[in-house]
Amino acid sequence: MEKRVSFKGVLLPLLLVLPQLVVTAVFFFYPAGQAIWQSLFIPDPFGLSMQWVGLGNFDYLLSNRYYRASFATTAVFSILVTSVSMGVALFLAVLADRLIRGSGVYRTLLIWPYAVAPAVAGVLWMFMFNTRVGVVTWYLGLLGYDWNHVLNEGEAMGLVVAASAWGRISYNFLFFLAGLQAIPRSVIEAAAIDGARFWTRFRTMVFPLLSPTTFFLLVVNIVYAFFETFGVIHTITSGGPQQATTILVYKVYADGFVGQDLGSSSAQSVILLVLVSLLTVVQFRFIERRVHY
Amino acid sequence: MATVTLENICKSFGKTDVIHGVDIDIADGEFIVIVGPSGCGKSTLLRMIAGLETVTSGEVRIGGRRVNDVEPMDRDIAMVFQNYALYPHMNVFDNMAYGLKIAGKPRAEIAERVAGAARLLQLEPYLDRKPRELSGGQRQRVAMGRAIVRKPAVFLFDEPLSNLDAKLRVQMRLEIRQLQRDLGVTAVYVTHDQVEAMTLADRMVVMHAGRADQIGPPLEVYENPATTFVAGFIGSPPMNFVPVGLVGLGAPEGTVLGIRPEHVELVSGSDRLHGTVVYAEALGAETLVHVRLADGTLATVRQDGTAPTPPEGSDVGLIWAEAHQKLFGADGTRL
Ligand SMILES: Nc1ncnc2c1ncn2[C@@H]1O[C@H](COP(=O)(O)OP(=O)(O)OP(=O)(O)O)[C@@H](O)[C@H]1O
Ligand SMILES: [Mg+2]
Repeated sequence: MEKRVSFKGVLLPLLLVLPQLVVTAVFFFYPAGQAIWQSLFIPDPFGLSMQWVGLGNFDYLLSNRYYRASFATTAVFSILVTSVSMGVALFLAVLADRLIRGSGVYRTLLIWPYAVAPAVAGVLWMFMFNTRVGVVTWYLGLLGYDWNHVLNEGEAMGLVVAASAWGRISYNFLFFLAGLQAIPRSVIEAAAIDGARFWTRFRTMVFPLLSPTTFFLLVVNIVYAFFETFGVIHTITSGGPQQATTILVYKVYADGFVGQDLGSSSAQSVILLVLVSLLTVVQFRFIERRVHY
Repeated sequence: MATVTLENICKSFGKTDVIHGVDIDIADGEFIVIVGPSGCGKSTLLRMIAGLETVTSGEVRIGGRRVNDVEPMDRDIAMVFQNYALYPHMNVFDNMAYGLKIAGKPRAEIAERVAGAARLLQLEPYLDRKPRELSGGQRQRVAMGRAIVRKPAVFLFDEPLSNLDAKLRVQMRLEIRQLQRDLGVTAVYVTHDQVEAMTLADRMVVMHAGRADQIGPPLEVYENPATTFVAGFIGSPPMNFVPVGLVGLGAPEGTVLGIRPEHVELVSGSDRLHGTVVYAEALGAETLVHVRLADGTLATVRQDGTAPTPPEGSDVGLIWAEAHQKLFGADGTRL
């Protein structure tokens, strides 16, 4: 049973939710509305007048080679970030799960990396891999490898993926660990007695029983890769080289604020808005039917 | 089918010693019940036989083979857990077939064996259901089915009936016993319920604080308890303990006389032992009369339900046949 607090009048509850409503209105509804509105116009180069184009901006975008390329880049980027961060996190969680049943110390220590701010993490990676003074670049040079993510598109992608995924691992790790610890130990023991060795147990017991956690993380990580990696990309590659790391969010910024093409930029934000709404719907639908097995 | 031997088994979790040297020899096809109060180490002992817990020192042998370092899956055992530990994402059929599939048995044989177990356990209508769609008793049967389809050499049970209601418990108890006899499998069964222990066991092991106080057939243990702990644990109401001083027996300091409630008779006057009736519980077939002795200890007398009950507060004498009395030393062991 849910416990609800009930109020007599309307005024107090209204007052209580007002701050949240104001914040949402000012920082979400207003800009979102403006974006939708602006996406239907093309402003003149000096921003003095706007010309109605209907869905022209969308039409143009969807047939635009660079925009489509950015879609592909985003897909590659999010798949890589999601699979790397979740894969590494799951691996670490499985290892930790064997150790820390009953001991809270490890868990506390393992949470710490999550406290590293994403911006700090981005700068950290940028310095490590700096083409001139980076530590890792220097060691790679000793090994005979010439690292240059400023010129090499693959290396640039690799670096932003690594930096983005790294910041995400401890978050995923925590959820995976909690998920693993929620699996009754006796079920795993029963499987062991039934003849399943570690890998079989993982495949037939642990992984299916972990699927609610995995699904949740999948959605959350895709959303993260789509929207929250802006800082990492901005600090490390600025979308380059040659747009190789320009994911959709970055392109909104690049076209709108750098290229000053507000109509196109707004249309792009609207497309992103639709995408994130879809992901949210998927997630809520799923949470409704949480018990999965 | 196999023998199981425990030789001087000790177990510590870190610095805590939990099992302090247990020796048990289990014959092929024997039904052994390990009984004892909560926390005495029954589950730990069973889990060491299963290979789910490492053995700190001593030796576990199954079928004559030392298995201390053998993985659970290679010990040829099956285990029924207290919470059943069914695989929640698999239906009843797959729960039972899991072990056979891993063993790489042909499909036809798997289907046949699972069908056989389902028939035996009356699970046929439920093969497509998930565990959460079953009642407690049905889940229990699935857990049993999962154990028997693999035809293991040894069955291990950890309080398999403790989550069932009283009636179902009695029924499943009989079924487990029947099943074990029919299959002729060696069984080790852990419980804290002495009725289960008495009715199921060929021999029972009474555990107390990490030691096996006594090993023997149920009636033998009941008749001849080796320690005051066993005497007090097996039998309900438990054996009466009377300081020998009260009875005028010449025995060393601290010696205690034990006598079962059903062996004591109430008389109007006795020069041996007397006390005051505190209260009487009429249970129909029998009446339990509680008597406070001169030194304050309570003694229980089990009378036939038809015998006259002395009124509360009256003075009564207690007598018994000398053959029934047991003497225990100050350290609790039998003299
Ligand atoms: N993993 C563990 N780590 C530390 N101590 C443990 C562990 N497992 C059991 N113990 C301790 O060992 C002792 C015996 O536990 P065990 O589970 O064998 O008792 P039990 O006889 O099965 O009790 P119950 O009837 O309550 O199931 C207990 O004191 C328990 O606290
Ligand atoms: Mg136990």
